[in-house]
Amino acid sequence: MTATMARSERRTGAGPSAFQTFLSRHGGMMPTFAAVLILLLLFVGAEAFLRGDFISGGNISALLLDNAYLMVLAVGMTFVILTGGIDLSVGSVMAFTGILGAKLLADGLPAAIAVPAMLLGGAAIGLFIGILVQYFGVQPFIASLAGLFLGRGLAFIVSLSSIRVEDTSLLWLQSERIWMGAWYITPTGIIALSTVAIAAFVLHLTRFGRTIYAIGGNEQSARLMGLKVGRAKVLAYVISGSCAGLAGLILTAYSGAGYPRNGIGTELDAIAAVVIGGTLLTGGRGYVVGSMIGVFVYGTIKSVINFMGAEQSWMQIIVGALLLLFIVVQRAIVARSEGRR
Amino acid sequence: MLEVTGATVRFGADAALRRVDFRLFPGEVHSLMGENGAGKSTLIKAITGALALDEGTLTLAGETVSFRDPHAAQAAGIGTVYQEIELLPNLSVAENICLGREPRRGGVISARAMNARAHEFLLDLGLDVDPASTLGTHSLAVQQLVAIARAISADVRVLVLDEPTSSLDLDEVAELFRIIRELKTRGVAILFVSHFLDQVYEICDRVTVLRDGELVGEYLTRELLRIDLVQKMLGRGASELKSRDRLADDEPDAAVVLRARGVSSARGINDADVDLGEGEVLGVAGLLGSGRTSLARALTGVNRLESGVIRIESQDVRLDSPRRAMSLGVVYSSEDRRRDGIVAELSVLDNITLALQSERGILRQIPAARRRELAASWVEALDIRPPDLDRPAGTLSGGNQQKVLLARLLALSPRVLVLDEPTRGIDVGAKVEIQNLVGELADNGMSVVFISAELEEVLRVGDRVAVVRDGRVVRTAAAVELTADSLLALVAQPDEDEE
Repeated sequence: MTATMARSERRTGAGPSAFQTFLSRHGGMMPTFAAVLILLLLFVGAEAFLRGDFISGGNISALLLDNAYLMVLAVGMTFVILTGGIDLSVGSVMAFTGILGAKLLADGLPAAIAVPAMLLGGAAIGLFIGILVQYFGVQPFIASLAGLFLGRGLAFIVSLSSIRVEDTSLLWLQSERIWMGAWYITPTGIIALSTVAIAAFVLHLTRFGRTIYAIGGNEQSARLMGLKVGRAKVLAYVISGSCAGLAGLILTAYSGAGYPRNGIGTELDAIAAVVIGGTLLTGGRGYVVGSMIGVFVYGTIKSVINFMGAEQSWMQIIVGALLLLFIVVQRAIVARSEGRR
Repeated sequence: MLEVTGATVRFGADAALRRVDFRLFPGEVHSLMGENGAGKSTLIKAITGALALDEGTLTLAGETVSFRDPHAAQAAGIGTVYQEIELLPNLSVAENICLGREPRRGGVISARAMNARAHEFLLDLGLDVDPASTLGTHSLAVQQLVAIARAISADVRVLVLDEPTSSLDLDEVAELFRIIRELKTRGVAILFVSHFLDQVYEICDRVTVLRDGELVGEYLTRELLRIDLVQKMLGRGASELKSRDRLADDEPDAAVVLRARGVSSARGINDADVDLGEGEVLGVAGLLGSGRTSLARALTGVNRLESGVIRIESQDVRLDSPRRAMSLGVVYSSEDRRRDGIVAELSVLDNITLALQSERGILRQIPAARRRELAASWVEALDIRPPDLDRPAGTLSGGNQQKVLLARLLALSPRVLVLDEPTRGIDVGAKVEIQNLVGELADNGMSVVFISAELEEVLRVGDRVAVVRDGRVVRTAAAVELTADSLLALVAQPDEDEE
């Protein structure tokens, strides 16, 4: 980012201003900047209203710990939404893989088997949805709705009630705290942040990643350009499913148990975070880093409301209002870029 | 270099291409000519792997090939620039040029190398834009040049350019031609499609003419006179038209059914006057973008008027929606039959009775038996083939779809029928049937506005002809007083030279 800025500044003598160059290159980042701005406003506002004890290392570190699973879900969701699709299955897939892992561990299998099984379980459901979408022409909404019911049903087949996790290596993922002054980070937090970093790398610097953007821009064009559209689309759902499996792992570690009723409606939280982070629901525009910001915005609102001791229902109302605001902003941006042509 | 023999492509009941042969030679520019719906785009898609041939073979440099997808065609050295710009507005210029073959190091795309490479290709085309900028922020002309840069950036043996000049200005066209000539010297076989005859004669060595999906012939450009080329493209179907009695009068002789004065709408039409007499066919002639469609939409309540009045049978009316217009007996048939007309999934029966049912409202259902009877009578009256009421309308041929659409509107027993390019993209036989039908309707007292891009058709069908240019009705005259040439002059003439 800074390198680009510096390069464009050197050019200011001739042609367009650095600002124009920046806009023509990164105009699509505007909604993500808006999300950063909102996050800062939330922090400052919370600090002012809540007698100055909101911005503290412990609080912000807890924010990452509490929302690590949502961040992983949002990363997978970003891939799917960038292709112009949607994945409604992630909440129940997370519940399924969580309870599956807990059950395998309770049956005495080692974590080295349980954890890959969780990830593969998620990937398999993702593959199923991807194949439905790509090769059977099913609407992503419907195909992933089928995945939602499938995941929930499988979770109940594994167990009807919650299963406690005793395995120490799994619990270590969230109990271990690496301290840096007043700040700390858990292994689950590291997993979540690495997922974001890997996803950003894949999306921006590999052919597969650019194909994802190309599909969201215009699937027909992407195909005519000779890109491997079918494979990339299926893979996007597989990634989303695997992320849901990983989120199941994180959530199980976080709550110390698998529970088949986990994550009801969580898919909508993930979608909200992605949209707040500036990814267009129509696909083709957005950043996985934005989705991370979106999760932080979401988590901050939640903890502010906890702090104030207000009703949880306010959470829903505020997130709803933010979503509405962001979709209007996105519409305005899209309308502007279309008007310019 | 490339040879196509006996190519046939079918869409449902329509054959878009019938046993067409086509050849491309290295170092030669070859033009494919034909009217809309002649099969040019279909043939191009078959060559570039976007469509599969139902019959026939494709030979590239002596080897029989069949492309599974565009990727395979590109790998074989066939680069394409499609008519509608098929790029990705959300990605950068450099990515649009390099995507699918971007410079990579160990699987990682190198943005710097990609931008540098793209910049070279763009400079080759005389285009100095920032390769890292988002494509969507540039003008259509720039996007078109980027598409060309993409096509030539690969190692091409065959370059297909489908209407590459439609959004370029003269300087940019000259620049493109310079590049085409350079590619020629490198031995690339170039397929150049354009509806600008000047450009075809300037750049092309050879011409192949298609008409209605069939091969008319292959000619050397320098041996083919322009007038012959146009004649081969258009063909002749006029003799089959029944003649009607028409009057040589600039004003409608019967009572005026619809009178528009000073009509302007936000998009495309400015201060237009139209008179339409009872039992009259008013032909509307004009180029694409002249405002001919805007005029039709303004008269039928599809587009809102900014100013002007419309009178129907000497009463001022406000046509603020198509529904309102319909209730006054003014109906409109869109030029885009597939998008704004036929509901492809519904049966012929449903398509015909759709408008009538919607006019009556959902609470007053037409009894099923009555609906069938009604639809069957229209199918018979308009000779819709096959006469199967339950067939999805989308599976009919273009001409029969148009008849279904007409039946839908006629079922409303309108007083004024506005038809926007009703004969576009349908075969000659159906064209003549529809022209005859319009004549019969007018003889029975209906007033028809008939818009067509084909001047001869406007002259044959219309009693009077209104010429639309730059959003204005510049002249209205009796059809018998005009010839194709004088009408062409009116349509094409710039404003200053008028009168």
